[in-house]
Amino acid sequence: MNAVRVIGSRFLGFTCYMGGLGYLLRDGLWWMTIGPLRGKGKIRRRETVFQMTRLSVKSMGIVSLVIFFVGMILAFQMAYVLKSLGVVRYVADILGVAMAREMGPLLVGMVMTGYAGAAIAAEIGTMVVSEEVVALESSALDPVRFLVVPRILAAMIVMPMVTLIAIYVGCFGGFLVGVTFLDMDEMEYIGRTIDRLSFNDLFNGLIKAEMFGVLIACIACYEGLSVTGGAEGVGRATTNAVVRSIVGLIASDLLFTAGIFALM
Amino acid sequence: MSVTPDKLQSNVKQSHAGDPSDDDFVIRISGLRKSFDKREVLKDVNLSVRRGETVVIMGGSGCGKSTVLRHMIGVLTPDAGNLEVLGQDLKKLSDDGITDLRKRFGILFQSGALYNSMTVSENVALPIREHTDLAPEIIDIIVKMKLEMVGLREAETLMPAQLSGGMRKRVGLARAIALDPEIIFYDEPTTGLDPIVGGVIDKLINDFKQGLGVSSVVVTHDMNSAFRIADRMVMLYDGHIVANGTPEEIRETENELVHQFVHGEPDGPIPLKLSKVDYGADLLTVPEDY
Repeated sequence: MNAVRVIGSRFLGFTCYMGGLGYLLRDGLWWMTIGPLRGKGKIRRRETVFQMTRLSVKSMGIVSLVIFFVGMILAFQMAYVLKSLGVVRYVADILGVAMAREMGPLLVGMVMTGYAGAAIAAEIGTMVVSEEVVALESSALDPVRFLVVPRILAAMIVMPMVTLIAIYVGCFGGFLVGVTFLDMDEMEYIGRTIDRLSFNDLFNGLIKAEMFGVLIACIACYEGLSVTGGAEGVGRATTNAVVRSIVGLIASDLLFTAGIFALM
Repeated sequence: MSVTPDKLQSNVKQSHAGDPSDDDFVIRISGLRKSFDKREVLKDVNLSVRRGETVVIMGGSGCGKSTVLRHMIGVLTPDAGNLEVLGQDLKKLSDDGITDLRKRFGILFQSGALYNSMTVSENVALPIREHTDLAPEIIDIIVKMKLEMVGLREAETLMPAQLSGGMRKRVGLARAIALDPEIIFYDEPTTGLDPIVGGVIDKLINDFKQGLGVSSVVVTHDMNSAFRIADRMVMLYDGHIVANGTPEEIRETENELVHQFVHGEPDGPIPLKLSKVDYGADLLTVPEDY
């Protein structure tokens, strides 16, 4: 009986959480589209640009560093297998596709979760604790329009761009390994990567990046807004935002990839 | 002091003051009930506030004063009872209706609740910028006037983190009056301030009443402050309003509960010892898993 109860309550909790996220996203989209058209309140452009800077320029360094290393590691690891089959040059083909379809968006998502998701949750959580959010509400300013929309919108705009750059950097990491350690010709490596990569692969990756961006921003805002208690609550929200975003990223990635695979 | 703030005060007075007749209520609450997780915080609260009047709600920590306040500003919805603010029934009001209503009152939060990512002047400007179509130059002037009224025009460019507790509250006040409200709600306006700064806040509250003709609802347990600002005082205890009268009546009251609270006596109808289990028995009980 107890196991049933635990599973039941977990499932219920999960459903409520997803429902909450759904409502937040719905409100956010309303304030991005219908709200401004009906003159309920404008999108805060300056704040959105500020959030975009935070998500792109300021995180670009760390994203590039991580994906550069991962590109190199992948090249080494693939060479280990491909060498025994005598087709080491395929590193270039596989790495490009892997970066575009999977590693680029996923790694950018992961780094963003730690870099921006945690910061957003902590920031909004602190605002809840210091009564700023109630102050907004009671001066007739919707917290969703004010805090959530700029962040989701920024993530939607910026994530595909950052991912695109990350894919290049990752391929460059693989390229360096290819030409220095695997004795491949520079032009051959580049040619192989470009030949193999289709627009479809890139599009697939960028759609994923878009989805991840919305997911990270939504979860971070939701966790921040549902903070209760003081500093401890903010800490909990930050941890939850990171953990749940990562699980969410992987789960949605699997669903998306499986869906695409089924369609092919 | 420059001339401008006075000019502003007289202008606003004309637009809002109205005739303070006896039936001119800005807030009417009857039979208000609210529970949180089975704990009944408000059992039956009846309260009304006349136009231009300052009503102080007093009561011990955690007695539900702030809960009453949060009902009045429409952040909490009551379990039962009627709530009428500025002639509008909060229960029947749509989200848009509540939003419009909120533009007609100002709130000073306990912590000041300034937006920490904005400068002092941006904090005060925000409600004006969001709710009016005024040109930025005009908004600048209004912000300067509001800050002058609380004596902080010089602090315009500072960030909230650079301000002292008293200054934060004053900026919070300036923001609360930014849209020339009809009612101002104060949540513990003098808590945590030194007596002089507390006195300044009290003076500002009185200034706003006389100068702007606003009605005020003040939640506090600072008795010195309460007697300085109140036209009428009510006491909340155990989810009910147990006293309601002018400051003189409250000071002279024979109600033991109110007397104990007003004079800060440690023991009385509100007991010093809150434990219900017998002390001796509690000490001698051995825990089962010992």
